[in-house]
Order: sequence, then structure tokens, then C-alpha cells
Amino acid sequence: MRIGAPKEAFPGEARVAMTPDSAVALQKLGHTCFIEAGAGTAAGISDAAYAAAGVSVVPDAAALYVATDVVTKVRPPDEDEVQRLRQGQTLISFFWPAQNSSLLELASTRGATVVAMDMVPRISRAQKMDALSSMANIAGYRAVIEAGNHFGRFFTGQVTAAGKVPPAKVLVVGAGVAGLAAIGTATSLGAITYAFDVRPEVAEQIESMGAQFVFLEFEEAQDGAATGGYAAPSSPEFREKQLAKFQELAPEIDIVITTALIPGRPAPKLWTADMVEAMKPGSVIVDLAAERGGNCDLTVPDEKVVTENGVTIIGYTDFPSRMAAQASTLYSNNIRHMLADLTPNKDGVIVHNMDDDVIRGATVTHQGAITYPPPPPKIQAIAAAKPKEKVREFTPEEKRAQEAEAFRGQTKTQVGLLVAGGLLIALVGAYAPASFMAHFIVFALACFVGFQVIWSVSHSLHTPLMAVTNAISGIVVLGALLQVGSSHWLVTALAALSFLIATINIVGGFLVTRRMLAMFQKS
Amino acid sequence: MSFGLVSAAYVAAAVLFILSLGGLSGHESAKRAVWYGIAGMALAVGATVLGPGVGNYVVIAAMLVIGSAIGWYVAKKVAMTEMPQLVAALHSFVGLAAVFIGFNADLELTRVLALDEASRQALTGFAGVLAHKTGVEIAILKVEVFLGVFIGAVTFTGSIVAFGKLAGKVDGKARKLPGGHGLNAGAALLSLVLLVLYVQGAGIWALVAMTLLAFFIGYHLIMGIGGADMPVVVSMLNSYSGWAAAAIGFTLGNDLLIVTGALVGSSGAILSYIMCKAMNRSFISVILGGFGATTGPVMAIAGEQIAIDADGVATALEEADSVVIVPGYGMAVAQAQQSVSELTRRLRAKGKQVRFAIHPVAGRLPGHMNVLLAEARVPYDIVLEMDEINEDFAKTDAVIVIGSNDIVNPAAQEDPNSPIAGMPVLEVWKAKQVFVSKRGQGTGYSGIENPLFYKDNTRMFYGDAKASINQLVQAF
Repeated sequence: MRIGAPKEAFPGEARVAMTPDSAVALQKLGHTCFIEAGAGTAAGISDAAYAAAGVSVVPDAAALYVATDVVTKVRPPDEDEVQRLRQGQTLISFFWPAQNSSLLELASTRGATVVAMDMVPRISRAQKMDALSSMANIAGYRAVIEAGNHFGRFFTGQVTAAGKVPPAKVLVVGAGVAGLAAIGTATSLGAITYAFDVRPEVAEQIESMGAQFVFLEFEEAQDGAATGGYAAPSSPEFREKQLAKFQELAPEIDIVITTALIPGRPAPKLWTADMVEAMKPGSVIVDLAAERGGNCDLTVPDEKVVTENGVTIIGYTDFPSRMAAQASTLYSNNIRHMLADLTPNKDGVIVHNMDDDVIRGATVTHQGAITYPPPPPKIQAIAAAKPKEKVREFTPEEKRAQEAEAFRGQTKTQVGLLVAGGLLIALVGAYAPASFMAHFIVFALACFVGFQVIWSVSHSLHTPLMAVTNAISGIVVLGALLQVGSSHWLVTALAALSFLIATINIVGGFLVTRRMLAMFQKS
Repeated sequence: MSFGLVSAAYVAAAVLFILSLGGLSGHESAKRAVWYGIAGMALAVGATVLGPGVGNYVVIAAMLVIGSAIGWYVAKKVAMTEMPQLVAALHSFVGLAAVFIGFNADLELTRVLALDEASRQALTGFAGVLAHKTGVEIAILKVEVFLGVFIGAVTFTGSIVAFGKLAGKVDGKARKLPGGHGLNAGAALLSLVLLVLYVQGAGIWALVAMTLLAFFIGYHLIMGIGGADMPVVVSMLNSYSGWAAAAIGFTLGNDLLIVTGALVGSSGAILSYIMCKAMNRSFISVILGGFGATTGPVMAIAGEQIAIDADGVATALEEADSVVIVPGYGMAVAQAQQSVSELTRRLRAKGKQVRFAIHPVAGRLPGHMNVLLAEARVPYDIVLEMDEINEDFAKTDAVIVIGSNDIVNPAAQEDPNSPIAGMPVLEVWKAKQVFVSKRGQGTGYSGIENPLFYKDNTRMFYGDAKASINQLVQAF
């Protein structure tokens, strides 16, 4: 198939859906690749670099749409672009089918197949093509960098000859992919990072990234599994608690990064005007939910505003595009993985398998019909969270009591065993003759010594141990030796035979042990 | 040599044996310890030969030469991967010798009892010892003979079957005759009846019949145990061979035999215990075969197994600072230890920290992996036990799993319904990246799926272990 990427028509969009690297991978799948001239310029990729990777450079978008069977894009197409699609052509791009129903209608009447990258289901098999996550990751990183750009102080605390610098305090609201990326970036810059999320199960992830989870005392907790790993709207009581907590935190926080989104709804208002007012001058708020109305009351989408009390509020909506080189690399890889799944035989033939959960979920129009919304996927995104058992902390007294209990238990079993063993031996002694008891003492002591000695043998020497015990168990030769002098021919014969095989045992066992031990070398 | 001198030699030998086993606590002291064992054995055999009541020196000399030659040949010839088989085969020898010696004791006893009082007084050696026994002592002797022969016979056939399974000459799967363990229990019960008959004066036929039954028990018991449980079986047989020697020692009234037998017996028992602990299974459940019953549906596994090629692994290793290699039986089967050693050398030459993690039941013999790695010249101080390294996985950049499955199965910790729930495992999934070298997508010995292979940080490196590792070495 012929696969092409046009230059993004959206003003200011710097990303591109195909890079030379992804083109090479696509060609390995049996496809041929096309690119519109200048498509990669904004992301720092020249046409020559594409040509060197075997990509045909096409002069304009119109020619590209004609020349290709599959068009890959970043931003959702505008009406002109959809008009260019023809019967049987495939478009792979972000599409937001819920918001763009008229475009969806148009695409289906054109007979084109549209694969929406934003509709890829959140199952682990599809993670490699989850463009929302890869873009969110970049947005989270960039949010911290933008905040740093407008924040007049260090992130990390320092003690210098000129004076002490306190570390910046960063609060990340919403610990999705973007939130976690922001946490990671902020902590690695040295800031003290706090994070909040309505889903208690992400506390572990937050802490693993090095941030403190802002804990909210509340009974009812959400189960993220029911909503495919996304947050759901919270109850008014919960919201009140949450806002009270933020209000309490606001005066000491230097940088706030909000990432809270609820699928299919406007962004929840979490950082109210009075919280902004409570913040110190010079503080920065980065609102990653600006496109959907913003988490902060004062956010202006696509703009940077400074409030009267000197708080900078950043409402950019194009963070991934601001890191176009990185974003293009990851996005084109997502596209490449999607195409790899669409080309199961790696022969350049696209098989649009509508029984595949991932392909079915992402396809919004196919063969002239609108296939959005998809049926629920067969595999649940995240296993239902098991209620965590609380590990009870023991007080020192309880611990001591437990230890004493364990000690008493041990003593009991030991004494019990000793008494039982003693009784058993007494029973034997009551009936057995003295000559037997003499040997029995030797036997019991030898067992005891054996147990003590063997416990200290190193695990790595267990094979030599077996070989050497094998050799010394050849000590049965003594029995054979004592009997071989018998005047009975059968006894002599059997004794000679036992002597022979026991000798093999002794010699073989010792030699092989020596051979093995000689091999163990220290570095 | 007088009786007193022989006893003195025996005391020295017993001490030397204990030192020999104790010396195995460290790699360097072990090299000296073998010599203690050899010296002890030489002392014991020499003293016995020169002591009272031994004749037929020609036969002894001939057997000594032949036996030594065979033993020397076997020890030189055996490949380290064949160690489990060799150990099993040697156990069978001890078992068989014990059976023969037990029979001899019975034959001598019958002969001595048939003599009149005067000629009894004239007897020397073993026969002389027998001649001076009282009625109760003879009854006890008979029990000892019977026990010695029984244990020896079980050890003999059991070891032969274990040998066959380990050498691949017998199918490694667990097989039982119809009737299962009922047959074993029946045979054991019948042996008990024969013991009573034998002590009450039934002739040698009772002993022969019991031996046949014991042969059957040994055969059938070990046939019913699968290949991967062989570490337990071999250590159990090791223990039996010791107890058989101890029983013979009681029969002959020889304290050195008793001491040595007890040492070997407890050694094998401890090894079996350690192996069972490492599998979180009771000794009984291993011997009876099969895994514990599941208590509910096993957790479904989400995700897919993602394959990777040698270049991909090489790139990842290139970037890693710390690497842990987890070898298993698959490495021994593919004879990949030399390639693994070469890979280790290359990685270490690049300044990376390379270590090995050994699970107690990896391989088919306790400590088998250590010996294989030692043979391939991997220094023993980078080969660590499970307890020593398990906490370090979280700080490890890359783990290479070579031919092991159940011992790295996270289901043992995560899924309470898994058949191997609670078994201590190497927590390789905590590392940043895991590469699994494996022949195909099959399951391990326990027959259960391994969620490790489906984890996000796991990549499957399919192919024969030796070929795969060689490709990796080439890629460097």
C-alpha cells in the first residue's frame, strides 16, 4: 500500500505524522511511503532526510491525497481535507468523533475509512499505539518546562555562599499519563512535588515517581476499573473536601499543574479564583485541560495571563507541538504500530479486521458506514482493583508480646519433640540388649552431628556435597570386607560383588567431587 | 592389626568424614575437605583389610583394582550436565551393595546357627560375632538385616529409574500403574507381614520375597514422580543410601558404618527439606506426585508476549549497567553454559555488573547450576542465591532468564489460586527489563501459564538457548 503524510493544515501545528525512521519501518512491512514537501520542516526534518529514507516527496497536499491509499495525519482533518478523501481510502489521525460528528458524516459519505488514534482502546496490547498517552507524556514534561520558564526561582533547594534557596513546591492535580510525566520531570529538577488524584489506586504510582500523594480522608472511593482507567465525576461532598484541601495548600505551593479531565465532559473546575488569589506572587499555574475549558477558573485557552497578584496562568493547548521533534517521533511510531497491526502478514496488504478489538475500537467510519461508537471491548482495560487489606502496624508492646509468644511456641514444640524422642528411646532401651544400645547411642549422636554440619554447607556446593556423601556412603565396603573371608561360596561371591560396586562408588564419587571443586574459581 | 587399633582407625575416619562434610561450607575449604574424606576412607578400608577376620586377599585386590579403574574412568568421563544421572547411578550401587551384604548376613547366620557349640567357639570374624549372640540379639539382628535390605532395594530400583529419567532414557513424565499409591502401600504392608514371619523363623524366602516387593516399590514410587521433582528424589535417595549403610552397620555391629550412614542419611534428608521448602510443597506431596489442588479460578492473564531479536537484546544490554542472569534447566539441556560464560565475560569487560541468580530448585540436582557455571569458568562470587539477590532486582537494569519458567513465575506471589501460590520465586519482573530466552510459547513443568511473559517490561527471545546466546555474543 502507498502511505503518505501531508503537511498539517492547522495553523502553528509543527508535528508531522511520519518521520524517516517510521518510514523505514513501514517499508519493512511492504508499504511505500510519500510525504508532502515541507511537512517535516517545523519538526526539524528536511525533505532530503525523507528522500534518503526512501520516501517519495510530493509537491502538495492534493497530489499526496491522489497518490496514496492511506493518509496519516496528526490533527483532525478540516472539511477540505475530508473532501479530498476518496472511496476506499484510509485516514489515520486524531479525529475526536464525539465532537466532530459532521466531519464523521462527511467522511462516511465519501466512503473513506477513518481510524481515529484517539479511539484506540486502553488495553495493554494497544499501548504501543496509544497516541493520547504518548502526547500526554510530552505535554506533562513540557508543562513543567513552561512553568520553569515563567517561574523566577530554582526548582531545587540550594545552600550557596550567597544564601539559602528553598526548593520549589509543585502540586500536580490529576495523575494520569500527563500528570505522572509532570511529577517525574518536577522531581528530577529537584522540586518538592505533591500530587492529587480522585482515584486512590494511583497513590502507589505517584509515590513511585517520587511525589507525595495528597491524601483525602473520604469513605467512598472510585474504582478506576469501571471506567476504563479514566476518572469519573465525583460526588459533591467529595468535591467540597477536595477544594478545602486545595485551599489549604494554595498559599505554600509555587507551581500548580492541573491535568484533570473526565472523558466526554468539560474539565472540572478544581483551582478556583480564590485559590489563585491565595497564591504567592510569582507562582505559576499550568492548565493542561485548557482546551476543554480548563481546571482553573481564570484560564484563558491558548494564552498566558498574569493575574493582579502576580500569578502566571498558562493555558496553552499545543504543548506536544511545542516539542515537535519528540512528538513527531512518538506519534509516527504510534501510527507505525497501528499500521503493523493492520498489515498482519507484513506483505504490504492492509487487512481491516473488524473483529480485532483494537482496530474495531479505533475505526469510526468503514465502507460507507459510521462505526462510532464501538461496542465495549472484550478485554477489560484494567483488572478490577482488589480492596487492599490494611496491614496493621503493631505497637512495640504487641510486637514484644508476639515475639514472646513465638518463643514460647518454639520452646513448647522443642520440649515436646525432646520428650517424645526420649520416650521412644526409653521404649527401645527397655527391650533391646545392651550391645544394641551402645550402637544406638553412636547412631543418634551421628545423626545429630550430621544435621549440625550439613546446615552450614553452602547452597552452591550442594552438588559436590551429594557427590562426596555418595563416595563416603561407599563405606558399606567395610561390610563386604568383613564377609568376603567367609567359607560359604555364595557369601564370598556376593561380598566380592558388593566390594566391587562400592569401590566404584568411592573412587568415582571422590574423583568427581575433586573435579567439580577444582572448577570453582574466584573472579 | 588388633581390634583396638582398627577401632582407633575408625574413630579417626569418622572424624575425617565429619570434617570433610563440614569443609563444604566454603569454596576454598572444600578443596581441602575432599582430601579429608579420601584419607578417612583409605584409613577405614586399610584398617579393615589388615584387621582381624578378613581373608581372600586375592579377591579383594582384584576387585579393588577393577572397581577403582571403573570409578576413575566414570569420574573422568562424565560431563557436568550429566552429574544428576551419575549421582543417581552411584546411589543405586550403594543400594545394591546393601542388599547383597544383608543377604550375606542372613546366609552366615543360618550357617552359624546350624553349627554345634564347639565349632561355634572356634569361629572368627563376622561369623564369630554372630556366634556369640543371644536370642534377643539375633531377633534384633534379623530386623536390622531386613531393614537394611529393604532400604537398599528401594534405593536400588528407585535410583535406576531416577537415572533413566535424568538421562532421558525413561520418559520424564509421572507415570503410575493402575492402583497408584495403593500398590505401594500394599507392597509395604506385605513387607511388614514378611518381617514378622522372618523374625519368627521363616527362612530366607521371606527375605527374597520382601526384596522383590521393595524393588517394585522403588521402581513404582519414582516412576510416579515427574522430571522436575528429581532434585528432591535424588536427595531423598541420597538419604536412603545413607540409612541403608547405617542399617548394615547395625547388622555388622560396626560403628563406623553407623556413623557414616547417619551422616549421609541426614545430609540427604536436609537437602530434600531445602528443596521442598524452595517449592513450597510438603515432602509427602512431592513423593506422591502432582501439584497441590487449586482453590479457585486462576487469574486471567492480560497482554501479549512480545518477541525481540538478538540485536534488540544486545542494544538493551549495551545500555544496562547491571545485569542479572537467571539460568534454569533449559540452559543445561541446551548446553549453553559456555556461551553464557562468554557473554558474561564480554559484559564484564564493558564494566557492567553481571550477576547470576540461582533458585534452589533450578536444574535437576541441588546446586546443579553452580557446578555448570563453575565448569564454564564463571567466577563463583558473582553467582548468588535467591535470598541474596531477590531484593536487588528492583535496582537491576536487565534480567536475562535462560531456560527457567516456574522459578520466575510472579503468579506464585500475585495469584492465591495458582497451583504454585506461595512458592518462593526470583522476583525478576521488578527489574527494568526482562529478556526470556525460551524455545517456544509452552508452559513450564507445573503446566501453568507464566504471567511474567506477558508483562510490559518482558521481551521474549525465542530460540534454542545456546544459539540465542551465541547470537548475542556475536552482536557485541
